[in-house]
Amino acid sequence: MDTVYSALPVYVISVSLIAVVLVGISGRNPNVREFWTIAASLIKFSLVASMLPMVLDGKVIEYTLLTVFPGLDIKFRVDALGIFFATTASFLWILTSFYSIGYVRALKEHAQTRYFMCFAVAMSATMGVAFSANLLTMFIFYEILTLCTFPLVAHKETPEAIKGGRTYLTYLLGTSLAFLLFAVVLTYSTAHRLDFSAQGILEGKGSDVLITVIFILFMAGITKAAMMPLHSWLPAAMVAPTPVSALLHAVAVVKTGVFVVVKVVLHVFGIKLLSELGLGTALAYYASFTIITASVIALKQDNLKLRLAYSTVSQLSYVILGVALLTPSGITGSIMHILLHAFGKITLFFVAGAIYVATHKTNVSELDGIGRQMPFTMAAFTAGALSMIGIPPFGGFLSKWYLAMGTVEANQLPLLVVIAASTILNACYFLPIVYRAFFKGSEVKRISEAPAFMVVPLVLTAVGTLILFFMPSLFLDLSKMVVASITGGV
Amino acid sequence: MNLVENFPALVVIVPLISAVLIPPAGRISKAFAWYIAVTASALSFAISGFLLNSVLKTGRISYWFGNWEPPWGIEYAVDYLNGFVLVVVSFIAFVVSVYAKKSVEDEIPENKITFFYSAYMLLVTGLLGIIITADIFNLYVFIEISSLSGYTLIASGRRKAALVASYNYLILGTVAATFILLGIGHLYMVTGTLNMADLAERLPQLYHSKVVLTAFAFFTVGLSLKLALFPLHIWMPNAYTYAPSAVSAILAATGTKVGAYALLRIMFTVFKLDFDIHVVPFTKIMLVLSSVAIIMGSVLAVAQTNIKRMLAYSSVGQIGYIVLGASLAGETAMAGSLLHILNHALMKGTLFLAVGAMVYRTGIEDISELRGMGRKMPLTMAAFTIGAFSMIGVPLTVGFVSKWYIALGALETGMWYFVPVILISSLLTAVYFWRIIENIYFKSAEHAGQVFEAPAGMLVPTLLMAGLCIFFGTAASLPVSVAQKAAKMLLAGVM
Repeated sequence: MDTVYSALPVYVISVSLIAVVLVGISGRNPNVREFWTIAASLIKFSLVASMLPMVLDGKVIEYTLLTVFPGLDIKFRVDALGIFFATTASFLWILTSFYSIGYVRALKEHAQTRYFMCFAVAMSATMGVAFSANLLTMFIFYEILTLCTFPLVAHKETPEAIKGGRTYLTYLLGTSLAFLLFAVVLTYSTAHRLDFSAQGILEGKGSDVLITVIFILFMAGITKAAMMPLHSWLPAAMVAPTPVSALLHAVAVVKTGVFVVVKVVLHVFGIKLLSELGLGTALAYYASFTIITASVIALKQDNLKLRLAYSTVSQLSYVILGVALLTPSGITGSIMHILLHAFGKITLFFVAGAIYVATHKTNVSELDGIGRQMPFTMAAFTAGALSMIGIPPFGGFLSKWYLAMGTVEANQLPLLVVIAASTILNACYFLPIVYRAFFKGSEVKRISEAPAFMVVPLVLTAVGTLILFFMPSLFLDLSKMVVASITGGV
Repeated sequence: MNLVENFPALVVIVPLISAVLIPPAGRISKAFAWYIAVTASALSFAISGFLLNSVLKTGRISYWFGNWEPPWGIEYAVDYLNGFVLVVVSFIAFVVSVYAKKSVEDEIPENKITFFYSAYMLLVTGLLGIIITADIFNLYVFIEISSLSGYTLIASGRRKAALVASYNYLILGTVAATFILLGIGHLYMVTGTLNMADLAERLPQLYHSKVVLTAFAFFTVGLSLKLALFPLHIWMPNAYTYAPSAVSAILAATGTKVGAYALLRIMFTVFKLDFDIHVVPFTKIMLVLSSVAIIMGSVLAVAQTNIKRMLAYSSVGQIGYIVLGASLAGETAMAGSLLHILNHALMKGTLFLAVGAMVYRTGIEDISELRGMGRKMPLTMAAFTIGAFSMIGVPLTVGFVSKWYIALGALETGMWYFVPVILISSLLTAVYFWRIIENIYFKSAEHAGQVFEAPAGMLVPTLLMAGLCIFFGTAASLPVSVAQKAAKMLLAGVM
């Protein structure tokens, strides 16, 4: 594999950090301030996109920023998996930026400058995780992401918001300090290195018990992946403004969690080691517990955002399930699900926010007839929901297909049943909303959509779920490259 | 003999002379006192830097007072270990002396300011002397110098409670000093020598003597009191809370570190690890005590409402780290422990300086009254936040580096169960600092006040220290290499 040395990943990360400063100093002039946010998101995405051809060409981009002390570097490495995640997140940031502008202005939110600043830091941190070349770099950006999203979660500064923020912080920071950092230290003392390698770095380095302990610590420490029972921070984070829930708690933060799980499973432990110890299968079954339980809880939620949050908890475990199968299709499905769930779920959250802005309604039971009042919004919702359930021709079908194939490859038919059951549950908690929106309630007086700043992005992401079904080749290629690099022994 | 050869003596003598010069100079003009203190501490820092540099180049420096050959004369010696600690302590002394100007004007009655600086320089003399001397009785003398000036400085606080705090410290400090003196006496009784290197040579034959055992017990308890190792910390919270800001800062950043240094010297150089293996398993005892210190310090800090008192309890925990790292008796952990001497000095210094600046401007010491401080004093609070993150051990700050080494060292020596201790205390640290960060940034004040930053004389030292917390957290190679050399030397028991 060719290695290119370039500071591009650093530029990608610093774009939004520079934007933080610019946003901060132009706080008095909202239009200029918003210009910086939009400009940063566009530049960031184009920088990420500029690295795509190189990565597709089989190259890897590396850059060492600094050496903390001998043996520990802050180092970036752009590979297929990283660029996959970075492309997804940076593209959706563009749409979310527009959406955010519409949202905060329509609701006349306070502390808008802080809001946009923290958002930009969060995107830097996400890119940092995506491009990190070793566990330390990843850990640092993982923590930054936690810290800079706290002000977003607690944005309203009401007692409930502060309480939600505290729960958020307690779970994410607490477990990562107690378990994830412990796992990182143990990994270093066992393997004497922290970099990600295609075959894993722990094989043959420690006793089975030690490896198992490290594995459990990792899984308990990566709470951003919201595996039960450490998922409660995600529903708590729903006190945040909706764009935050949309991009951060359906894409950036939670996907960072599962991305790190994928990274750790593939590049720290390696599939060979995990399948020898049977830890992959154990993780797969553990994840399926979350898949089913969270779906059942989602059924009972009347608050739309909470229902979406529990759905996210469940869907994140799909990604974990897929990679835990340790088979080519399972891994492909897992990686694809990062993208496809992102598009589907961000659409749904966008819709929840649009409904709130247009009608101030937050509960599912209040949504009778809303489809006739907000046809574009609810059409997008339907597309997102169908994609989540996994019905062709929507993108969600693809990842579910690969995941199902993966369970067959791994010869774990009970897990296929889990996927099927969860699909039914998905349908049970999404379709009634669609039904209420279009077929219940009284005739509506007139169409009153949310501002165009909000509606256009959510229609675009909904269309995205369709496009990704028909043209998934870029992302499929990337995920196949990941699989090839692991199994092909590069 | 030229000037450079006399540097080991000058590092102590310069502050000592300045302490004598300050009162008469202060009679001429009040302004002189501060200038002399700053110049003298800057000189000490420069000399320390020079000494460390030459140790790194040429190895141990030995200086014979009055040219009397040790073990008969008093020897000053600089090696990797104390060269490193000298630089740390003299640097902090310098930064705090710069900072002191404004806060002293505010907190000390005008007619006492010159005496304050005089006592301050005596404290610096004592601290630097403890570090550099290779003579165990001389060590006691310097411990007394630093303690006595410490009592004076604490008592100069504004409130009456400062007197009580100082008095309590005086009682316990005297007990500690007496214990140390008794330890020295016992050792002298059986070996007839006071030179550390000489003692280290003669003691191994006498390890099983009851007298040596008694001496060791006196040293351990006496020094543990001085460095405030839990449960012998009770003098500390009040002393730090009621002392003037500059005094809290220098005592918290350097006073206890010097105690820790003395403990390491006695335990690993005068006595050696063999003593631990064959006679008293003191590292095991210290492991337990320090773990309790780490956890209890953090737990008690969570319970505090006064910010200075909270920082004091946090020091109890942090001293536990230094002792824990050393007691693991492995090279990596020992290096972590020595790094923590530097790192904790930097971060606790930052925190106390920031709090001092805040008290100077607002008089607020209560955590719940800190609402909206982030808007009023953005730079000071930024420094405080950096210090707080360092204490938690967030990567890219100094706190992470030393905790990393200590945790790694615990795993290397097979004692993995100390890693959870470190992690739990990090969590608790996050809890008690987060309360403050939440107050200063996320809760707006009742009156939307305007910005009133600390004066430059306080702000610049504070920001400098905060900057170093980041600098040595991202580029730690230099201190790490020195600390590793020192750790190797300590564990081998050579001087």
